[in-house]
Amino acid sequence: MKHMLQQIFQSGKFVTGFVIFVAIVLGVIIYPLVIPDPPLKIIAQGTFFEPGIYVNVYDSINTKYYTLNLDEAAERRIADRLGDEDRQAIQTWLVGNGMAENEIDITNTEQLLDQWFNNFDPTTRLPGMTNADRNYYIRLNNNIQGLLRTEGAVIAEMNEETAVLEETATVPQTAYVNISQVPNVRILPLGTDNFGRDVLTELIRATGVSLQIGLVAGAIATLIGLVLGLVSGYIGGFVDDIIMFITNLFTVIPSFVLLILISFSISQEQRGAFTIAVVIGFTSWVWTARAVRSQVISLRNRDHVNLSKLSGHSITHIIVRDILPYIASYVIMALILQISSGILAEAGLSILGLGPKTTEVPTLGLMMNWAMIYQAHILGKWWAYFPVILTIALIAFSMNLMNTGLDQVFNPALRE
Amino acid sequence: MKGYRNYFMNKLAWFFVTLVAAFILNFILPRLMPGDPVAAIVSRLAQGMSNTTGVQAIYEQYAEQFGTNKPMLEQFFLYMKNIFRGDFGFSFSQYPRTVADVIKSSILWTIALQFPAIIVGWIIGNTLGALAAYRRGTFDKILMPVSIFVSNLPAFGMAIIMLVIFAVTFKWFPTSGGYGFDLIPNFSWRFIWSVIVHYQLPFWSIVLITIGGQAIGMRAMSIYELNADYVKYSRFLGIKDRKIVGYVFRNAMLPQITGLALSIGTMVGGALVAEIIFSYPGLGSTILTAVLGQDYPLISATTLIITLMVLTANFLLEIFYGILDPRIKAAQAD
Repeated sequence: MKHMLQQIFQSGKFVTGFVIFVAIVLGVIIYPLVIPDPPLKIIAQGTFFEPGIYVNVYDSINTKYYTLNLDEAAERRIADRLGDEDRQAIQTWLVGNGMAENEIDITNTEQLLDQWFNNFDPTTRLPGMTNADRNYYIRLNNNIQGLLRTEGAVIAEMNEETAVLEETATVPQTAYVNISQVPNVRILPLGTDNFGRDVLTELIRATGVSLQIGLVAGAIATLIGLVLGLVSGYIGGFVDDIIMFITNLFTVIPSFVLLILISFSISQEQRGAFTIAVVIGFTSWVWTARAVRSQVISLRNRDHVNLSKLSGHSITHIIVRDILPYIASYVIMALILQISSGILAEAGLSILGLGPKTTEVPTLGLMMNWAMIYQAHILGKWWAYFPVILTIALIAFSMNLMNTGLDQVFNPALRE
Repeated sequence: MKGYRNYFMNKLAWFFVTLVAAFILNFILPRLMPGDPVAAIVSRLAQGMSNTTGVQAIYEQYAEQFGTNKPMLEQFFLYMKNIFRGDFGFSFSQYPRTVADVIKSSILWTIALQFPAIIVGWIIGNTLGALAAYRRGTFDKILMPVSIFVSNLPAFGMAIIMLVIFAVTFKWFPTSGGYGFDLIPNFSWRFIWSVIVHYQLPFWSIVLITIGGQAIGMRAMSIYELNADYVKYSRFLGIKDRKIVGYVFRNAMLPQITGLALSIGTMVGGALVAEIIFSYPGLGSTILTAVLGQDYPLISATTLIITLMVLTANFLLEIFYGILDPRIKAAQAD
């Protein structure tokens, strides 16, 4: 046993897959210990907040501030406030006023503003310009002038008796707060989803649930496949014919269709994550059964099995002691693949709207389903769906690597 | 052709057996679930209806239509009779359209999308796999990790990534639908062009997924074949590489056809979900609307049609395999 483990861990592919998988599992276990928020709690008012660090504005006003004189601060502030539309408008005006188009670079804020102040005159009427356009440019000019002001922002408080605003403080443009001194800072590394939930917390929990679904589905499928394969392969004859008939039947009838039919028949309220896992398990045992059967048939007439038979051991004894150890590696490999395909099956079902009920726990498939229904992919909200796809792909990838690695260890013919 | 008769008859018989089994499963699975399906349907349908006589009337109408008040065996024959007349009843969610009508309008989209995509993906994947096995070197070193990564991606994941890159970011292709939303299906050039443009992303996303899995399998198969004695012998004889690759390809392809026949069900399942991502007007989207609308007759009919399609594809592949594999002909001649 020890020797075999050593051999397995010498396979580069297995180790890579194993490390990825363990990292995912550790993440699922450790994250909730650090951030114990309930994964389905709605924290954001509104949909799809971008990933980033959210600093409480109210608190940061009251936090002690420091003065930093940074050269590029004002420029950056203006560049950020001056939208693309405004820049386009400035360009249009300047060109209309007789400037060549290639002299204007709308991405160069400083130069653009220089050109604007040198040329703009509110009384000029460009050909083809309506009154509304002219008013727009006057407003734009005022806005730009406002951006260039150097006074700070005034903070006022309303006097409760007279309802008059009274100035309490002024925040100069050079004021900075130290983010570690602001009492309320929330980091949302993956933003929020369509319901306003923290995507990362949700994703970690969903990964955990999906892994459990995969594990339950894989265990059930492997168990059924193993028992049917053993019985069919060892006993043979009529029993074998019947089991093989059923197995062949379910090989061609797509399990996906059975999954849809069964899941739809179970009403939404009764469809927990566990139920879905059981259903997936019951529809995906076919491959294991086929593989185990063919292995058992080749083992059935080996000498040690015949010897065991002659010694008068019972069928259970022979199967458990003389056959199972030989196919154990195969079964483990099948289990690994079943887990990963179980996770994929859940995801597919959930996208169809047949996944587990949505109120208790998130799953990777449900997160996909929500993101699709709220069109995150068309709106460009990548954080709502891309991490989910990546997680699914990573799980499948790590499982496949482990499987290939094991295959190479157990089947020397495949070693390169 | 005579030598093939037994093989074909055998496959045909198996086709019918699986077909009957599919009918039985489709009939029995929903009925095995606890609760009266008709009662469940009516309660969904009659939500918000306060008129008890009305609810009662609906209940009786459906009980009559599904025959749930009759013994199981009689129900089954009624069900079979309805199927063979192409009568699947009315769709709940798209009333007054019949289920047959809904399926008729979506089945062509699915067939035209999925089967060409799977076949093209299979051909490209196998060619690339064989090339990787033959050339080895850089080509192999690049193709293999990419294929392994792509084949681990779920079909819907690939669909979303393609959609975001080519439709949302670059805006080269439309994001959803089977044709422009401002068009009515007809035989004008404008409509056909719109269909072609909308076809590209769903098509290539299925093709790419298929390529990944097939290339890996074909590479392993071809490496095995390349080490076979006949290849070495051909090399000694000085036969051109191109010709040897042809032989290897043919031999390695046979297990790949069996593999395709066995996995086509899974592929179609994945592609149905990919259809949903693109809101392609095929059976995948039909299932989604049916699920959202709690439309039992539509679900039941759609799953039946999909099973039928997969079984037929499987049957055709088996026949194709029989023609390609000389061993089968030899076995039949004995």
